[in-house]
Amino acid sequence: MATDTLKQHDAHAHDGHEHHDAGAMKVFGFWIYLMSDLVIFGTLFATFGVLATATAGGPTSQEIFELPFVLVETFLLLISSFTFGLAVLAQNAGDRGAVLKWLAVTFLLGFGFIAMEVYEFHHLIAEGYGPDRSAFLSAFFTLVGTHGLHVTFGLIWIAIMFFQISKQGLDSVTKPRMLCLSLFWHFLDIVWICVFSFVYLMGAM
Amino acid sequence: MFGKLSLDSIPYHEPIIMVTAAVIGIVGALVLGLITYYRKWGYLWTEWVTSIDHKKIGVMYFLVALVMLIRGFADAIMMRSQQAIAAGGAEGFLPPHHYDQIFTAHGVIMIFFVAMPMVIGLMNLVVPLQIGARDVAFPFMNNLSFWLFAAGMILVNVSLVVGEFAKTGWLAYAPLSELQYSPDVGVDYWIWALQLSGIGTTLTGINFFVTILKMRTQGMTLFRMPIFTWTALCTNVLIILSFPILTATIAMLTLDRYLGMHFFTNDMGGSQMMYVNLIWAWGHPEVYILILPAFGVFSEVIATFTKKRLFGYKTMVWATAAITVLSFIVWLHHFFTMGAGANVNAFFGIMTMIIAIPTGVKIFNWLFTMYRGRIQFTTPVLWTIGFIITFTLGGMTGVMLAVPGANFVLHNSLFVIAHFHNVIIGGVVFGMMAGLSYWFPKAFGFTLSEKWGKRSFWCWLIGFYMAFMPLYALSFFGAMRRMQSYEQSEWQPLMIVAWVGAVIIAAGIACMVIQLIVSIRDREKNRDLTGDPWDGRTLEWSTSSPPPNYNFAYLPKVDSIDSYWEMKQQPGGFKRELATKFEDVHMPKNTAEGPIMSLFSLFFGFALIWHIWWLVGLGAIGMFVTFMFRIFNKDTDYHVSAAEVEETEREYHKRLEMQA
Repeated sequence: MATDTLKQHDAHAHDGHEHHDAGAMKVFGFWIYLMSDLVIFGTLFATFGVLATATAGGPTSQEIFELPFVLVETFLLLISSFTFGLAVLAQNAGDRGAVLKWLAVTFLLGFGFIAMEVYEFHHLIAEGYGPDRSAFLSAFFTLVGTHGLHVTFGLIWIAIMFFQISKQGLDSVTKPRMLCLSLFWHFLDIVWICVFSFVYLMGAM
Repeated sequence: MFGKLSLDSIPYHEPIIMVTAAVIGIVGALVLGLITYYRKWGYLWTEWVTSIDHKKIGVMYFLVALVMLIRGFADAIMMRSQQAIAAGGAEGFLPPHHYDQIFTAHGVIMIFFVAMPMVIGLMNLVVPLQIGARDVAFPFMNNLSFWLFAAGMILVNVSLVVGEFAKTGWLAYAPLSELQYSPDVGVDYWIWALQLSGIGTTLTGINFFVTILKMRTQGMTLFRMPIFTWTALCTNVLIILSFPILTATIAMLTLDRYLGMHFFTNDMGGSQMMYVNLIWAWGHPEVYILILPAFGVFSEVIATFTKKRLFGYKTMVWATAAITVLSFIVWLHHFFTMGAGANVNAFFGIMTMIIAIPTGVKIFNWLFTMYRGRIQFTTPVLWTIGFIITFTLGGMTGVMLAVPGANFVLHNSLFVIAHFHNVIIGGVVFGMMAGLSYWFPKAFGFTLSEKWGKRSFWCWLIGFYMAFMPLYALSFFGAMRRMQSYEQSEWQPLMIVAWVGAVIIAAGIACMVIQLIVSIRDREKNRDLTGDPWDGRTLEWSTSSPPPNYNFAYLPKVDSIDSYWEMKQQPGGFKRELATKFEDVHMPKNTAEGPIMSLFSLFFGFALIWHIWWLVGLGAIGMFVTFMFRIFNKDTDYHVSAAEVEETEREYHKRLEMQA
């Protein structure tokens, strides 16, 4: 879908050369990158699945997960995905101001998510349940932390995007990048839903 | 200030290492001196280091691979010499801790820094030309991939002199590779060399996947693509799906070693079996990443030199696709003895045997293509025939290993060593050598010496059989892999035969070097003026040798398999008409960001190995800032003017007319 949108937009700008539509190719390439990133998450999920019960006398998942807290985190991220969608709609409408506004809102929501995750990690480590306590905790911290690291990169990217769009506007460089970032952000949302279901929900049961 | 690094990290007391280091130092200084003397630094920087031209990147990959082949072979001949000497419990000349580093380095170098760059180098050189494209989908990323790979390669070589390399075997099985049993920096070198080059490989996979799917010229449907491009496509699918597993697995080992986590440790719930599963879930697809493009080379070579269309094009494509899928469901055959249970072992044993079927289809396709063809026994054809025989044999010993019952006897024995060298030398190396002599004129504009090419082939072929057939025999007497020394002096005669085999392979490598020198010397005699020295079938032969940086003045139009051959068969033959009107060609610009980012990644990796934290930060920030330069750089492409294109094309046509 994202690729189609881009094609329509670039159709106007096409200069009649036989070279290939660079924007659409970038978005397609980014899809492929996301699929390979998904394999990394798949590997970590499988690892977590194997090690979930390897608590080595340490705490079990039931003892440390606080679902209400994680639910708030989840909603922050879900809403941020929605607001990013609004940013892309604004881009399609060519409204630079609205793009920047929704990017900023998305950034704040994402930042809130990361802040809560850092708090959760800090809390666990302070209680002596750090990633070196057991294989289960290693797998938990690594899986959730890898997602958190991705979100952090997403935040940096949003900041750069914000800067670049406010500087050079919506052009053939920034527009495909916005679409890639949008894919990235929604992708992280989907991964988080899996984290929430498989790690937190199933762990707390 | 320098973390764990101190002057004691340099192994002064190891004469072998010190002499090697001195030789490398002298040769290196000589090369650098010559570059300076002939004032070639500017040329190197603008024409090669910063180049985004896929052809030049391909050449650089191959060049690195050939140099690393010599390093990897030096390790090999040291191991063969050690085993030829260390019979009856004798110590030989390599102490265990050194011997262990050598077999680890040999495996890592040969797979990651010889076979992989050969495959990726050929892909770079050939794929865009075969699909009628002017470049790859993401030219900057292509340059970055190469330099990340180069950073990994440099780390492996630095480990020779500064510190040590892993003593764990090429896959660094946990828990041996954990901090508890490998407290030194060897495993860390392994980790960061593979991470850097692995990321480069993943980017290459994405790049070529998109290139092949999105940049084919007009009329080139998927089922009109040359077979080499097909195998490259499948290899890239495998790279995209399997290399992330390696990245994640090594990352987990890293966390164990650096942050005290417990993924694969002995205690606190870690699972070593999981490590072995994960590493082979990448490792088995990896061997198909290497062999599929070799199959592609043989298909092109056989069709060209028998002057026939490849027998069973479609079955070849489907066989390749089938292997691609099956390669993901056979990984457990690497550790039948782990105890997964009879049913699991049976499943993976059967799957492994099934993968021999599409491979068999390919063998018959090549044989039937040759049947009643007018075979020209050129060097690439010799490599191909050598491959068909050798690889079939290696495939059969593979099926033997796929029987779990037999595997319990043969596991970790020299049988395994003989088997995978049988398929990797007989398959990948022969394939890449065939590809080298086949496409060399396309890259450089002159053909390689046939005489020295054939000599090299015969040395490799005979040397291979002498070096590895004795190992099959020895394994039945109980000889295991990775032995620094052994009690049974009755094994020694066969070990010496194997050593002689290795020496003959050394002669083969020497012939390759001589071949290059002689061919460069005689280049004027062997010029390829037409761009089509072999009467080829696919689009890369329709442009000049070497092609202009934009490859094709006009993108060719395709309406069949082997379309260039079909064009030549038209009544009146194919004429390279000079176009009447030229257009500007849109091309990407060279860029320094790739090599600079990779240089910072090298600092980053090296600093992580030695725990030099400030340098870790510097490397990371450097990579980020350089990347930002790239992001905000708007000056990334240019147009080759129509006049310049016209001039280049006119020159090519003048040469063609002179030839006629």
